[in-house]
Amino acid sequence: MIATALTDLWYGFGVALEPHNLMWCFVGVLVGNMVGVLPGMGPLATISILLPLTFGIPPVGAILMLAGVMYGAQYGGAICSILLNLPCHPPHAVTCLDGFPMTRQGRGGVALGLTVFASFVGASWGITEMIFLSPLLVRAALQFGPAEVCSLMLLGLLAGSTLARGSPIKGVAMTVLGLFLGSVGTDLETGSERFTFGMTELDDGIELIALALGLFGIAEFMSSVNQVAPINTRYTNVGLKDMRPTKADFKQAFFPMWRGTIIGSLCALIPGTGPTIASFVAYATEKKISKHPEKFGTGVIEGVVCPEAATHSSVQGDFIPTMSLGIPGDAVMALLLGALMIQGIVPGPQLISQHPDIFWGLVASFWIGNMLLVLLNVPLIGIWVKMLAIPYRFLYPSAMFFVCIGVYAANNDFFQVGEVAVIGLLGYVLLRLGFHPAPILLGFVLGPRFEENFRRAMLISRGDIGVFVERPISALFIALCVILIGTQIYVRLRGAKPPIKPALYPPAGARPGDLELPTAAE
Amino acid sequence: MPPVTHSFRELTRKRDFYAGGLMVLLGLGVALKGWSSYRLGTLMHMGPGFLPTALGVILTLLGIAIAGFATSAPVAADEDAERILPQPPQWWGWFCILAGPALFVICGRYFGLVPATFACVFVAALGDRTATLKSSLVLAAIVTVFGVALFSYLLQIPLPVLTWRIGQ
Repeated sequence: MIATALTDLWYGFGVALEPHNLMWCFVGVLVGNMVGVLPGMGPLATISILLPLTFGIPPVGAILMLAGVMYGAQYGGAICSILLNLPCHPPHAVTCLDGFPMTRQGRGGVALGLTVFASFVGASWGITEMIFLSPLLVRAALQFGPAEVCSLMLLGLLAGSTLARGSPIKGVAMTVLGLFLGSVGTDLETGSERFTFGMTELDDGIELIALALGLFGIAEFMSSVNQVAPINTRYTNVGLKDMRPTKADFKQAFFPMWRGTIIGSLCALIPGTGPTIASFVAYATEKKISKHPEKFGTGVIEGVVCPEAATHSSVQGDFIPTMSLGIPGDAVMALLLGALMIQGIVPGPQLISQHPDIFWGLVASFWIGNMLLVLLNVPLIGIWVKMLAIPYRFLYPSAMFFVCIGVYAANNDFFQVGEVAVIGLLGYVLLRLGFHPAPILLGFVLGPRFEENFRRAMLISRGDIGVFVERPISALFIALCVILIGTQIYVRLRGAKPPIKPALYPPAGARPGDLELPTAAE
Repeated sequence: MPPVTHSFRELTRKRDFYAGGLMVLLGLGVALKGWSSYRLGTLMHMGPGFLPTALGVILTLLGIAIAGFATSAPVAADEDAERILPQPPQWWGWFCILAGPALFVICGRYFGLVPATFACVFVAALGDRTATLKSSLVLAAIVTVFGVALFSYLLQIPLPVLTWRIGQ
């Protein structure tokens, strides 16, 4: 088994090192890092804005580029949170706790340098996990019938929506809304048009890009306009020589880094627990086993390295269900899966055998991309740091242009530009009412396949809904769903208290909810 | 459990009351439309209306639950947590941001990519409190130059750079 995995990996390196693929990977990492570093641009906004650029690229290049954008943006976000105390992406909320105090002590460069290293270690471990676990999972998943696929999707959707930020019941409501939005357009089985209200442009359904850019682009701009605190660039004067950690720093960071990596990879195995929970758990664990827990929050290296390693290892691990089962764990993965579907590739367990170039090329490109990330960030840190100073009032109008042209370019149709504005407005209303729109995307991407499998399962069982609990594997997934909901209700009745009392320096740009602890981390 | 002392008026001060209400409205709308306009079919042979109607019903129930939890919870001590609009509301900023795509559509359809880009960025930029006419014009000009170079010449978007389509 190890031998086949290594041969496949070798093949993957062959794919990823082809000059044009290497170029797309490089472009993705570079642009992702560049956009991700801009304050207020998290990975979701970055990927959605750059998604239209990949339409002209062949599928392998496109997915390599988008994956590059994702981890580039993630690393860029770490720079933003350590130097500016601005967590643009929820997993970085804990990185701020010790990262920013380090910056205030003039050790921001060291924090960044060690973050690069910790990310690399975390990601490498996650990739290794992916290489060995994905084929195993695929072998199991190929035995699944429609009923099993259906209950597995249900589990994925429930986990993705209840374990994310904020109130679980609101998360489920957003998933249901997403499932509904996914059903708009022509019904594949009967050919009748649903909820198009006579608009022929909606026959093909709501455009994924319009949905993503509306929710994570326009709605975000609406909630940030004139609300962003002026950026304090006092501490952002970091150069290459500041980044080199001393031997003592390194020694101090070594074990926390590995602990973070392990925690992250374990979190990735539980469906729905993405990088946010991984980073919170990692920080809490590190604080608990530390000899000097009282120093956490004042700028200790462990508090930066451990959650960052956990984030990256869990993000890589999240690719396992996404690529091998076709079931994304969070909105970022849903977006990447949607990008594959736009390219005409059907996600699911057959993906690895039908498109080995995509899967193994992607795996190999993770390593190449993470190497590129190290190479880019160490010498170019000065440029990234300068980009932090770009004020929001220049940023969002320029991003608006990218939103409009990107949505237009998806189909060369102005109708979708109108669509994005409407979705953006709806997204902002939902944000203000305390909903997090990310699960909408999850439901939207899985919706059509869920419906298809549900119909098939019902057809095979002759309309007997009991099939979901009669088949053993499906019953297991349903049982997990019940446990998940039961735990949520139990936690709610008992009254939850977050175990970390963070924020010696409350993040300046953090909106309420950014530091909310996911209830499942308790 | 404390005795239920909440009047309806107190309930309307809660954000979750409106959050749940919106979900109920959306859910009822979807369920009614799905039930009335599309064939439901049977469980074995589902029609196009089956899933949307079911989702609408679930969404309605979730909405009732969200609003229901709001009745049992005390009004948050933190005023901001119950506030639906931020203080102060940014009507001008929101208007400018939503006007951006609208202008992009209108200008793009009738005049081409350059006017569309310029109008979209210019108006969106005006939404910031500190923006001036001059700064917005400069930003719009810069984005237009780079945007047209990238999308029209490099990525070959089939949208004319400049055109005049009124009356056609």
